[in-house]
Amino acid sequence: MATLDSKIPEGPLDEKWSSYKEHAKLVNPANKRRLEVIVVGTGLAGASAAASLAELGYKVKTFCFQDSPRRAHSIAAQGGINSAKNYKNDGDSVHRLFYDTIKGGDFRAREANVYRLAEVSVNIIDQCVAQGVPFAREYGGMLDNRSFGGAQVSRTFYARGQTGQQLLLGAYQALERQIGLGNVTQYSRHEMVDVVTIDGKARGIIAKDLKTGKLERHFGHAVLLCTGGYGNVFFLSTNAMGSNVTAAWKAYKKGACFANPCYTQIHPTCIPVTGDYQSKLTLMSESLRNDGRVWVPKSAEDAKAIREGKKGPLDIKEEDRDYYLERKYPSFGNLCPRDIASRAAKEACDDGRGVGKTGLAVYLDFADAINRLGVDVVKARYGELFPMYQNITNQDPLKTPMMIYPAVHYTMGGLWVDYELMTSVQGLYALGEANFSDHGANRLGASALMQGLADGYFVIPYTIGNYLSGDIFTKPIDLNHPAFVEAENAAQERMQKLMSIKGKRTVDDFHKALGKIMWEYCGMARSAEGLTKARKMIQDLRKEFWSDVAVPGEINDFNPELDKAMRVADFLEQGELMVVDALNRNESCGGHYRVEFQDQGEAKRDDEQYAYVAAWEFTGVDAEPILNKEELKYENIKLQVRSYK
Amino acid sequence: MKFNLKVWRQKNANTAGKLVDYTIDQINEDMSFLEMVDVLNDNLVRKGEDPIAFDHDCREGICGMCSMYISGRAHGPQHGATTCQLYMRKFKDGDTIYVEPWRARAFPIVKDLVVDRGAFDRIIAAGGFVSANTGQAQDANNLPVNKDDAEKAMDAAACIGCGACVAACKNASAMLFVSAKVSHLALLPQGEPERNRRALAMVAQMDAEGFGNCTNTGACEAECPKEIKLVNIARLNREYANAAFASETQI
Repeated sequence: MATLDSKIPEGPLDEKWSSYKEHAKLVNPANKRRLEVIVVGTGLAGASAAASLAELGYKVKTFCFQDSPRRAHSIAAQGGINSAKNYKNDGDSVHRLFYDTIKGGDFRAREANVYRLAEVSVNIIDQCVAQGVPFAREYGGMLDNRSFGGAQVSRTFYARGQTGQQLLLGAYQALERQIGLGNVTQYSRHEMVDVVTIDGKARGIIAKDLKTGKLERHFGHAVLLCTGGYGNVFFLSTNAMGSNVTAAWKAYKKGACFANPCYTQIHPTCIPVTGDYQSKLTLMSESLRNDGRVWVPKSAEDAKAIREGKKGPLDIKEEDRDYYLERKYPSFGNLCPRDIASRAAKEACDDGRGVGKTGLAVYLDFADAINRLGVDVVKARYGELFPMYQNITNQDPLKTPMMIYPAVHYTMGGLWVDYELMTSVQGLYALGEANFSDHGANRLGASALMQGLADGYFVIPYTIGNYLSGDIFTKPIDLNHPAFVEAENAAQERMQKLMSIKGKRTVDDFHKALGKIMWEYCGMARSAEGLTKARKMIQDLRKEFWSDVAVPGEINDFNPELDKAMRVADFLEQGELMVVDALNRNESCGGHYRVEFQDQGEAKRDDEQYAYVAAWEFTGVDAEPILNKEELKYENIKLQVRSYK
Repeated sequence: MKFNLKVWRQKNANTAGKLVDYTIDQINEDMSFLEMVDVLNDNLVRKGEDPIAFDHDCREGICGMCSMYISGRAHGPQHGATTCQLYMRKFKDGDTIYVEPWRARAFPIVKDLVVDRGAFDRIIAAGGFVSANTGQAQDANNLPVNKDDAEKAMDAAACIGCGACVAACKNASAMLFVSAKVSHLALLPQGEPERNRRALAMVAQMDAEGFGNCTNTGACEAECPKEIKLVNIARLNREYANAAFASETQI
């Protein structure tokens, strides 16, 4: 069994972080120059961490599989970033942001981490503005805010519908500055294929140069995984095509615990699926729910007529429409949290009231907002989003309601980390979406950007010193050390095995098959029966993959199909762990909804038995993982039923 | 829908490339261009052939990774869209479509349609930033910013660094890309202290990378998927002239 020490500092909640910072060990500047840090992934968490650590004087190496660090998928975040600035004078505070985030996560996140997140949220906005991030402003020159799901205050800062892009470019520019100064060495088109551990400590990685197919060994005194989430296990998701679980999965196989893998976020406002050829799903920002009203017809007959093309949305009279979120959750209405809005959409469609050709869609209607504010204001508010929707669907949302349906968007689960963001392997850290720590069972909108940047700019620069101060005498380890050789050989063998199968089914075939299993049995509604079935199906599919996959091309070449095959091979293992975790958690909470545990359609938590983090420990690919539990202790808030009614 | 494709295939930068013919049918008009290529690649893999290498990632028009020169136009016939946001309904059934990589000396070919755009990163590293170390910032509202300036800065900052401007330019100039970053930061008070250095350093790096000169043709603006305006180039010229001739800044 792994020992999980969360290392939460003593003292009152609002003094824990300051007290930690005051007592953390420091590394002097001369020693920092000798300490090497590897950062894998260059999204918000990775780029901000790499830049900040290099500014402090550490020697940093960064890796990304894209052709440039600027392309990480953080760039696609649309809506905004939360911060407890209270610039609106509407009663916001660090404590309120903390409470909203804990409650939004359905009381399954760690108190101390979330409080720290809320605390540093104010510094993030300051830092980003100083970098030249062009946030939306009011005529007086001050920063503008908007409201987002799960909150009754306006605390979301935004840059049109491209907030993630602008924040990432800020971090990327800070990173490039350090590259230019020679403090960071950047490796683009490089994918981490294993982490190297020596005497129980992370000491480097094996990376694949995707251009040449060659494996490389890289040493680091510490390794930071900032590699995002695993939503692509579903094949169809809002993630980028290349987003993958490989780095986190290799860490798991080297001893890092994987926490709460079943907590996945299904985002309510995405463009519905239209066909089998589809490669990804496109998100329409949650901010649209500020002005858009969600509805389906009250009667299944009307919905049927719409599906058959006999009626259009405008033919349904006001009194025949069911604005179901406003009806069910009057105090939050269309701005209730994502898990709740998604489930409500699924219920409406299961009820036979879905629209669109497939019946798997609901309306998001801007007619009221247009009447109230005028077309120009609505258009200005949602920048690129309306044209984007129109381009993809060939329909104009200013004239006819948008059609939306939930899609996999974010994964709250991830590598288990302590208060210092260190995994259960010494010297191996996980930041941003790659870790599990701050969002519990459901993430609120505009909180992912906040967490990625909090971890990178303001947490890791303090916590890494506490570890590296004990490592100042460690000289760079020879790359011919048996641990490096062994890890490289294992990766090479795995690649050769994949190339040698020469089967009949393509990598995408397998990926799509896995995605269908996950969506059907481990998606918005899960049951013990379905999950048990799914586990067997995944095991069978994995066997078939290793005997029938077709990977073309050469091993020592630019070979995207081989890269994809390596990622899918890991998803085929990780998907099973998600199912195992979902099966273990006999309750419904946040994004994890077990049909057996409900109260008239509302998720029913079981705090007596499941107020813990499930941190799984690897024992072998076809062996049962070990369940380690970190009890969640709530000392400052009272656990209660999460109500948005 | 059915299409005849002529696709550039090239093993790597050291070997010669050529256009190869493919036909593809049963294409749905709601497919994106990249999904059409996915289907083609799927067919190739099933036949045991090497699929076409191409760059792509987010598939929602923001990461800037996709980069195809389609029938003589960067990102294809649709104005203001990346290749991933180009849908097959924009083509006619039976069309012949040419697909080529970005062509520029500063963007060497990696394989097929994949090029190396590292030059853009190096230009940013030369000066496309505000030097503000983490932790140094004052309160975000201490410095009011004129809303119109903020909007203009955002217009320029919307650049996704895809390189279509370079590919579309007969001189393979990177002026639109460089001017977008220079404009974004020059329009904001936060960018003020380094504005001279930035213009000089970024232009010097652009030249060192082997991009061509700007002759004000405007092809970059016409093909930019994010509709970055030519006025940014005028602003860059002004910034550069100020820095080079009216300031004492040296890099």
